[in-house]
Amino acid sequence: MNIHEYQAKQIFASYNIPIQDGIMIEDVKDARNAAEKIGGNFWVIKAQIHAGGRGKGGGVKFAKTLSEVEKYASDILGMTLITHQTGPAGRLVKKIFIAGGVDIKKEYYLGIVLDRTSEMPVMMASTEGGMEIEKVAAKTPEKIIKVGIDPLIGFRAFHARKLSSGLSLSKEQMKHFSIFAKALYDVYSNNDASLIEINPLVLTVEDTFLALDAKMGFDDNALYRHADLREMRDLDEEEPTELEAGKYGLSYVKLDGNVGCMVNGAGLAMSTMDIIKLNGGDPANFLDVGGVASAETVAKGFEIILQDKNVKAIFVNIFGGIVRCDRIANGILEATKKINVKVPLIVRLNGTNASEAAEILKAANIENIITAKDLADGAQKAVNAARGM
Amino acid sequence: MSILVNKDSKVLVQGFTGKEGTFHAQQCIEYGTNIVGGVTPGKGGQIHLGKSVFNSVQDAIEVVKADVSIIFVPPAFSADAILEAAEAGIKVIVCITEGIPVSDMMIAKKYVQKKGTTLIGPNCPGIISAGEAKIGIMPGVVFKKGNVGVISKSGTLTYEAANQVVEAGLGITTAIGIGGDPIIGTTYIDLLKLFENDPETKAIVMIGEIGGDLEIQAAKYINKNITKPVVAFIAGQTAPKGKRMGHAGAIIAGSKGTAKEKMDALEAAGVHVVASPADIGKKVKEVLG
Repeated sequence: MNIHEYQAKQIFASYNIPIQDGIMIEDVKDARNAAEKIGGNFWVIKAQIHAGGRGKGGGVKFAKTLSEVEKYASDILGMTLITHQTGPAGRLVKKIFIAGGVDIKKEYYLGIVLDRTSEMPVMMASTEGGMEIEKVAAKTPEKIIKVGIDPLIGFRAFHARKLSSGLSLSKEQMKHFSIFAKALYDVYSNNDASLIEINPLVLTVEDTFLALDAKMGFDDNALYRHADLREMRDLDEEEPTELEAGKYGLSYVKLDGNVGCMVNGAGLAMSTMDIIKLNGGDPANFLDVGGVASAETVAKGFEIILQDKNVKAIFVNIFGGIVRCDRIANGILEATKKINVKVPLIVRLNGTNASEAAEILKAANIENIITAKDLADGAQKAVNAARGM
Repeated sequence: MSILVNKDSKVLVQGFTGKEGTFHAQQCIEYGTNIVGGVTPGKGGQIHLGKSVFNSVQDAIEVVKADVSIIFVPPAFSADAILEAAEAGIKVIVCITEGIPVSDMMIAKKYVQKKGTTLIGPNCPGIISAGEAKIGIMPGVVFKKGNVGVISKSGTLTYEAANQVVEAGLGITTAIGIGGDPIIGTTYIDLLKLFENDPETKAIVMIGEIGGDLEIQAAKYINKNITKPVVAFIAGQTAPKGKRMGHAGAIIAGSKGTAKEKMDALEAAGVHVVASPADIGKKVKEVLG
């Protein structure tokens, strides 16, 4: 789960991390009021979507007067913002954050992410603030200073010293940075975050550090113990079909092809997409109905796949283990009756009682059900069917 | 021969009396696994599936001398179950549970390493040593005895691979599902080492997927240390970047952890990489001649 900048800043503030403060609004009518409340003589209007690159896409504007605040607020609210992270369809902006101006001396980058190789969080800092960090990492990796933080000892003074000296901070700056970084690690570990990024982290003219931006993502598996974070979830930022699938315990990801895939198990589901591609077709989706496929999950799976109008055929690829294939075959028949699937259904069942299952499907004599003997056969038949062959 | 577990393994079921624990423990017993008892706090002294129930792993070890445990407890309590088993002296812990927080696993893994315990999983189908012991949730009938070792991040794809190996006229020594989470107890390298030293295993099947770099680390290790033929398949060649594909660990972060990157590294290490998941069995047959 990801949250918005304004929400991440609320969390930061509760840990006494200095932030560029502001007010989130959803109605352009509130823009002037918000700016007056914040005070000062310049403001930043920032689109709140769960994607980076907002500035480049036109989702961040600087206003010098209250009427400019109103103008930019009305420009950004309701716009479809396209950035390198949103994909070509972009994202509708429903919330904006109006923040006060900050006098900036220098911009940095500071982030924490789980490093899967060392299996611990790693804090990363760079003098190249405000840039796309992926590009910095690719072109000038030496400009990113990293420290692994063993969760058994937490964030220590030596971690802060290593980062500070890498950033060439003065003694006074270092003192302030150390407090900032320690608090940020606390935010990360206390909230089961999977990612925190501050880009840019700014050094103000007073030589103190402040989070000008904030991005946070969380470990979905840990959300059960964070009621406060669950409330921050913004369903508008999530793909509706994926959300619906999730409600039924199915894992779905929409892709661009026309061969629908219904599979039990994530690894087999990915391989099914791969083999469709290798056979000259294009998968329409990833769908894992769970290791144990039942009539209910299969029916829901059909419903979800068929919401995508590109789908011309569905490849049902199920390895029946402890749940026998004959039961799954009956489940598929039940589901097709309930959902009224019109596109060709290529069914490949393997595992316990696979031959009985094939008999059941054959005996049902349903025109659009095509049985397949193995993975390769099924993939080829599905690709052909999607082509109308 | 087999690796990690065999017919003499004394297996304890943690979360024994729950729905999942009961169902799968029954299946394991039917397979012939030497299940010696189970743990459900508060139900010590009861008999379940004809075996003793204990309040703690410590209690169970004292009475039935268990050396392996399999965990079926809900995700919020799984790290605790792992730590309890490791602390009590269990040698091999198999954690089936999916959905354990990463921060819990970071700590749990460090502790089991310190104790010298082998942890398989979490978020995995478990281990099966064909004809000897099934300590997991896989369909036992698929895994006919033979001389091929299997290491996989996946569940059903492992059954698919094992089935192909069997249909090619071969069989399995031990198959291990190492799990699809970002942090897992045992990685490819640990198991490649065991298979290399197992006289009965003649070839190794390695199934990976997008996300992380365990397959790349394995490639480096294979290049230097493994003399037996390795056949590999990496799932997710068509997976989009930045999207989690079912498993918590199956995500391409930035441009890191792609299937192509892993396939190239394995190929460069002399591994027989198949692009199609339908070719795993055939390829094993081919390399074994």
